[in-house]
Amino acid sequence: MATIIPGRKACTTNPLKMSAPIGAALAFLGMDRALPLLHGSQGCTAFGLVLFVRHFRETIPLQTTAMNEVTTILGGLENIEQALLNIKKRANPALIGLCSTGITEAKGDDVAGFLKLIREKHPELAGTEVVFAPTPDFVGGFSDGWAKAVGAMIDALVPTTKVRTPWQVNILAGCHLTPGDIEEIRETIEAFGLTPIVLPDLSGSLDGHIPETFLPHTLGGTRLEDVRAMGASAITIAIGEQMRPAAELLEKKTGVPFRVFDRLTGLAACDAFIALLSDLSEQDVPLKYRRQRSQLQDAMLDGHFYFGEQKVAIAAEPDLLFALSHFFADMGATVTCAIAPQDAPVLARVAAETVRIGDLGDFEEHAAGCDLLVTHSHGRQAAARLGIPFWRAGLPTFDRLGVAHKVTVGYRGTRDLIFEVGNVFMEQLHAHEQHVTPASLRPDLHRTGPAPAVDAPARAGH
Amino acid sequence: MSALKQRIDSLLIEPGCATNQAKSDKARKEGCKKPLTPGAAAGGCAFDGAKIALQPVVDVAHLVHGPIACEGNSWDSRHVYSSGPQTYRTGFTTDMAEFDVIYGGEKRLYRAIKEIVDKVNPPAIFVYQTCLPAMIGDDVEGVCKAASAKFGTPVIPVNAPGFAGSKNLGNKLGGEALLDHVVGTLEPEYTTDCDINLIGEYNVVGEFWQVKPLFDELGIRVLATFCGDARYSDIAGSHRAKAAIMLCSQALINIARKMQERYDIPFFEGSFYGIADMSDCLRRISRLLVERGAPADLPARAEALIAREEARAWARLEKYRARLAGRRVLLFTGGVKSWSVVSALQEVGMEIVGTSMRKSTQGDRAKVVKIMGTDAHMFDELPPREMYRMLKESKADVMLSGGRSQFVALKAKTPWVEINQERHHALAGYEGVVNLVAEIDKALYNPIWAQVRQPAPWEQPEGWGERVATA
Repeated sequence: MATIIPGRKACTTNPLKMSAPIGAALAFLGMDRALPLLHGSQGCTAFGLVLFVRHFRETIPLQTTAMNEVTTILGGLENIEQALLNIKKRANPALIGLCSTGITEAKGDDVAGFLKLIREKHPELAGTEVVFAPTPDFVGGFSDGWAKAVGAMIDALVPTTKVRTPWQVNILAGCHLTPGDIEEIRETIEAFGLTPIVLPDLSGSLDGHIPETFLPHTLGGTRLEDVRAMGASAITIAIGEQMRPAAELLEKKTGVPFRVFDRLTGLAACDAFIALLSDLSEQDVPLKYRRQRSQLQDAMLDGHFYFGEQKVAIAAEPDLLFALSHFFADMGATVTCAIAPQDAPVLARVAAETVRIGDLGDFEEHAAGCDLLVTHSHGRQAAARLGIPFWRAGLPTFDRLGVAHKVTVGYRGTRDLIFEVGNVFMEQLHAHEQHVTPASLRPDLHRTGPAPAVDAPARAGH
Repeated sequence: MSALKQRIDSLLIEPGCATNQAKSDKARKEGCKKPLTPGAAAGGCAFDGAKIALQPVVDVAHLVHGPIACEGNSWDSRHVYSSGPQTYRTGFTTDMAEFDVIYGGEKRLYRAIKEIVDKVNPPAIFVYQTCLPAMIGDDVEGVCKAASAKFGTPVIPVNAPGFAGSKNLGNKLGGEALLDHVVGTLEPEYTTDCDINLIGEYNVVGEFWQVKPLFDELGIRVLATFCGDARYSDIAGSHRAKAAIMLCSQALINIARKMQERYDIPFFEGSFYGIADMSDCLRRISRLLVERGAPADLPARAEALIAREEARAWARLEKYRARLAGRRVLLFTGGVKSWSVVSALQEVGMEIVGTSMRKSTQGDRAKVVKIMGTDAHMFDELPPREMYRMLKESKADVMLSGGRSQFVALKAKTPWVEINQERHHALAGYEGVVNLVAEIDKALYNPIWAQVRQPAPWEQPEGWGERVATA
């Protein structure tokens, strides 16, 4: 059990946290023909948009109700109405995901009530679902917003049913999964002859494909008819503790039982997942996965030399922090510094003595002396100052290519993760050669001429 | 809020603004407030604009008072460089929580300021107001005043909450904060007859450093930039400059005009983008400084420098002329002045098939018409879908735009070069023109274009077999 240390500072220094509304918006971006709409001032949308564009390297459909100070005080009914009509006219999406923000929540806009009025007044909106996720900026963070949007979609879109399709499986995907992760999970499930419905499915919309035409909404992702069919599935598999409330809601509405996998990274976690799929499908585990399991074991054997007793600092969204901390613990490393941007039940089970609710300022302070830093791209400044190897994980990762396709789930994903991180550790062995060479043997200490200029002027480093 | 409202209204009828000057009296009184269209709006908010304008002051701590969205979603995303202090790159925010919304965020803000003074001790702290605390009535100016008095560090309120308006308005509100609280509060260590201010130069990817050596060589001292690679004390002592150049399409025109009124610092509008514009800037600033008491040989020395640098730049551009002549460019930008880039590209024989005039003034329009001979290819708006169609139909060989429309071009399998504030290549001065052309050349001649445009084998009209046979 990790002890949770709440933040006490008044000033957040180098934020780790991102806001709930854009977490909700990303969940809606995992839907087919969808357009998320933030109910707030236009900056709320612009910042989220730039963040996602930098991370995914894709165009991001995201709109705003463009609130100003007057409409904020008077209430946003008209702005929401206009926004919905404009979006319907210009983009005609299948789904508009409406997310509130700090100002509209503090004002107390009754968005659910507004939507009812607008629906009555405008029959022309028919054919476009509008799902509302209440996401005040001042409560929780990114993963909370994501979870709220998923819950809101289940609440609004899944009808109750008595039909059961024994080969159909629901996957509720947490926000820490990449499009590549989701693809891996889907393929694994399909290999057992099962049919997965993934909600939300970023692997359809933000996997970096080139569409044949340009559309102002998402292209690919979970289709509305898939969501509506979720009540008929045999089971719901929730990936990440953040998806537990959504799984519970779905069970309550439809009676579909659920199982939460708090991670799919690591041998034991993958074994449990594969065992479940085998039970559900009443099929033997395909040869492909037997072989991959064996490859993972081999990777663990080859890699453990480099992980053993390494000290690791991680700052990440709660479920990612949980999964990575156990991955490192499984390989013999110790997580000596664990930082989460906001509280969550899963933090108590992180594989570390303490988990701080904090920022990258705390990270920099407590990560000193570690062998590896793990956080999103904003950790680059801390890494440069600390001079500790930095391995990027989480959103945003704007200074690396291919982040959407990085796979860290399943036997194969875990295997590759061991190699990737193990290589970072291995490189350090060589970098440290100099330090263990006795001074008497080091040519640079016997130089007679002037010392070479060691430190070139620090580059601006952007 | 009413003080802010008055401030905004006064900025929206800014008399120095060329767009306003061209209007009738009645239209001018109505101001520039363009209401945003819900569901069809794009672009940043006033807070974003204020931060863009002021964050380049590199030794200042920039503290955002608001919920996590304002700073947490946006920090560390602008490539403005510093030649020294890195304080400006740290993201400070009060990260307001539910408790602060209910009881007010003033105490938290005060404590946050104290923590920064204790830990970082910067020469000044800029505190950015945002929508939520503005709405619940946090008195940011009051807190800043109390904190300044208590800690002896200037704490400057920047009153530009996002919902006040556009990014452009935010630029100006940021400028107002400097005029109200910073400019004129310190004296420079010494002054010269050749001290100038550069207003609206942000040192994006080090662009200021491409032009600074030119000024240095002429003995012109840049007393302060607003605000690229600026120190707090530079801005505070900027009222002693002899002249100023206003850059960046009038984003900070209020600073230029008010400093002329208050401190008698004449200015002109110029641009560092394009050979002719760069030379024009050097000529005009030299003449203006002579009027203000600079040595009389300054213009002659400037001419010599211009002749040398132009010849050097032309010589370096020469090798691109054959490769780029006749290639068609779609130019879609707000920040870097369209007409400056247009003339630069025409210098190497490229053809402009379209340019956006989104943030350009009437004067800019006139210049583009003059340069291109027609306004047929000017767009006020070009929706992504339309842009995609143009590129897909090969109406242009390369697109130059901001990062926002990058993927429209790439998905249409069209070469793309970044030219807005997120850009990674410095494009200012004589050096910058060569950089820009080199970037266009690099993008156009990359071998991937032919490869990615190749249809998949299953899309080949002649079918699989033949292809395999000839492979």
